[in-house]
Amino acid sequence: MSTSPAPVPRHGLEVDVRLEDRDVELALRLAPGETLAVLGPNGAGKSTLLATIAGLLRPDRGTVTLGGREVSGPHAWLAPHRRRVALLSQEPLLFPHLDVLDNVAFGPRSAGAGRREARETARRWLTEVGVEDLAGRRPGSLSGGQAQRVAVARALAADPDLLLLDEPMAALDVSVAPALRQVLRRVLAGRSTVLVTHDVLDALLLADRVVVLEAGRVVEDGPTGDVLTRPRSAFAARVAGLNLLAGRWEDGVRTPEGRLVHGSVVGPQPEPGQEMVAVFRPEAVSVFDHAPGGSPRNVFEVTITELEPAGGVVRVRAGALAADVTTRAVPDLDLVPGSRATFTVKATEVSVYLASANPT
Amino acid sequence: MTRVRAVGLPRWLLVPAALGVTLVLLPLVAMVLRVPWTDFPALVSGESAQEALWLSLRTSALSTVLCVLLGVPMAMVLARTSFRGQSVLRSLVLVPLVLPPVVGGIALLYTFGRQGLLGESLELLGIRVAFSTAAVVLAQTFVALPFLVLSLEGSLRTAGERYDVVAASLGASPSTVFRRVTIPLTLPGLVSGAVLAFARALGEFGATITFAGSLEGVTRTLPLEVYLLRESDPDGAVALSLLLVVVAVVVIGATRQGRAPR
Amino acid sequence: MPARARRIAGLVAALALLAGVPGCGADDSRTLTVYAAASLQAPLDELVRDFEAGHDDVHVTVSYAGSSDLVAQISQGARADVLATADTVTMDRLVAEDLTDGVPAVLATNTLSLAVPPGNPAGVTGLADLARDDLTVVVCAPQVPCGAAAQRLADLAGVRLAPDSEEQSVTDVLGKVTSGEADAGLVYRTDVLAAGDRVEGVEVPEADRVVNDYPVAVVADAPQDRLAADFVALLLGDTGRRILERAGFGPPR
Repeated sequence: MSTSPAPVPRHGLEVDVRLEDRDVELALRLAPGETLAVLGPNGAGKSTLLATIAGLLRPDRGTVTLGGREVSGPHAWLAPHRRRVALLSQEPLLFPHLDVLDNVAFGPRSAGAGRREARETARRWLTEVGVEDLAGRRPGSLSGGQAQRVAVARALAADPDLLLLDEPMAALDVSVAPALRQVLRRVLAGRSTVLVTHDVLDALLLADRVVVLEAGRVVEDGPTGDVLTRPRSAFAARVAGLNLLAGRWEDGVRTPEGRLVHGSVVGPQPEPGQEMVAVFRPEAVSVFDHAPGGSPRNVFEVTITELEPAGGVVRVRAGALAADVTTRAVPDLDLVPGSRATFTVKATEVSVYLASANPT
Repeated sequence: MTRVRAVGLPRWLLVPAALGVTLVLLPLVAMVLRVPWTDFPALVSGESAQEALWLSLRTSALSTVLCVLLGVPMAMVLARTSFRGQSVLRSLVLVPLVLPPVVGGIALLYTFGRQGLLGESLELLGIRVAFSTAAVVLAQTFVALPFLVLSLEGSLRTAGERYDVVAASLGASPSTVFRRVTIPLTLPGLVSGAVLAFARALGEFGATITFAGSLEGVTRTLPLEVYLLRESDPDGAVALSLLLVVVAVVVIGATRQGRAPR
Repeated sequence: MPARARRIAGLVAALALLAGVPGCGADDSRTLTVYAAASLQAPLDELVRDFEAGHDDVHVTVSYAGSSDLVAQISQGARADVLATADTVTMDRLVAEDLTDGVPAVLATNTLSLAVPPGNPAGVTGLADLARDDLTVVVCAPQVPCGAAAQRLADLAGVRLAPDSEEQSVTDVLGKVTSGEADAGLVYRTDVLAAGDRVEGVEVPEADRVVNDYPVAVVADAPQDRLAADFVALLLGDTGRRILERAGFGPPR
């Protein structure tokens, strides 16, 4: 089905910047052809990162290097339109005064191609994303999913060295997001891409590597599988659907609240006082309306904060902790936000490892 | 099917609304009632009337073109950049909106007049502005320019920069973005601004009579002709006034029609 | 709804105040309203002071404007007691509508003069110069009285006028000359005198042959008809003549 030439992955990215007034200080790299997912809560600096790469913001200090060329730095500045960095955001933002074909032909035309040649390129990309039949339509008459596919084709038709995707599926209906994700999976293969997302599926299916931003800093950086199965930040754990408690090693993980969490250590045996995390799945947590008998190793007295359905079970949240229970259990245990409950988890279900991937 | 508005109009609003409409329409009706219809064709087809109408249309069209050429860049600078003193500059640029046109005419005289700021240098170059058709166009442009700038700047701000950013990320140079994205997206604002400017230029009187003088075929536009005729031929003045109203309504109506398909 | 009624009453009262509804003041002085051609302003202001000095409880308000405007306003119902215009044609319109009390009397005459900027930079010496191509010449439009007079004068002198602008009024012509935009303009003698240093007059010998009459009349049904007659008498009497002549006006023919 692929009619377009496979991109030659020769353009990597290096970012090492500081923006004082936003309190953002970021350093990351992207290997040529790699897709990097950027995760993080709102306000963590994800948009700032994209804007800096795209050339919409000029950092106070540091450099942005694209394909070995410094595009932003103390002595270098390349205007956005010369960077060959295409930006695709939540909203498709198709030019309303152009039809679909001319929207996609916009990039090639701007690069100097003739009208016919540009339209040919555009048609090829429309076919590539599976919407060649929409070529003559006006953007206003498209559905959200169709429009976003066209936007993808438009970004790719500009033949960018780097693609920036800012939550491309966030504004889409859940029913059409999977199809677009499949399209992206196909077209992003081998293409240098930075993908900002909230969705763990995007990271799993599209990204080779994940960085997690918190408060303007990179807090995790690693292969997608590692970050999502062995999260070290609260945000990554939440995205991955895991419970994470951080603390210092005391023959268990002593949290700042004074809890001692027992589990099985993964990796090297920690030294006392070392920063550790204890991670366990919500399904491994049992919920009681009274302190249980017997002696499970980990017992947490909690106040329920939230209940949400999660595919056949109900996820019970109590602050940073989550437990999955059957739907039946909710009335039986009288679980409502504000009620007291006891969470227990067996030590064998808890993985304990170093909080920093590269301890100094 | 009857559409019901969720929030109805407070009924008392209709009273001042009707009063407002009356205030605008009644004088027009009164004028139409005064038109000597049997003589009307003769009154508006007289040579001086035709000269004045033709001069008005020519100069207003030219002023509108000048307004577009100068006003679009001004609106872009005001809407798309920020610099110290920008708000002050904006207020100053819009001054002709609130300035009595006669005052504008005096200011233009002190600028382009024989003894004006630029006038003396222009005189040395052999260029006389005062008492020429160019003076009419200058006066009209002076008073009409803010209408275009204001209207387009509003449009530019409403449209925002999101599409511009997308276009740039697709490799379009600032000039390409301006030509292929910004202007097409704000075209409705530009058109309505140009129509306002044209209408204002067509009705311009005070600055013209002060700065350009009044000579048939050269500087005596339709409003000046109306004002002059009022002295000697009130019927002719009424007939020409109606002609002016009709021209203005046709221009405004035509452009509204052109861009209100929905 | 008394509260709302009070509010509305307050609003009406406020509007009435703004509009200056008559009958609110406890002033029993009489007001004489005079409509006069703008060119009469200087001598008339003086005569008004005279008149007020001789009539203790009388206040005179004068509205100066172009003669046509004044006539139009009165025929549309404006309340005026006395009307003085700058030519008989406009006054005759009011007479034709039967809106004057009796036959208008001529209170003064005026003749045209050339006005040039101070120092006479273009070296204008007479009417013949008005045909020079290198001069910027401004006159009144033939449709207004001063323009009609200018045309007649030019015809008598055998000069072909080629003006750069035909203005609406003498004031507009004078403005173009004082600002230096025009090298010469045709205005009334009185205008040259009133303008003082801002223009120079160039006497035109032929001017005496084109004389403009300034008629004055009491308006029909004048609210202050007796005072109006007194005021007209003052204008036509010795004091009036003296003051008008000092302003450059000629005696009635």
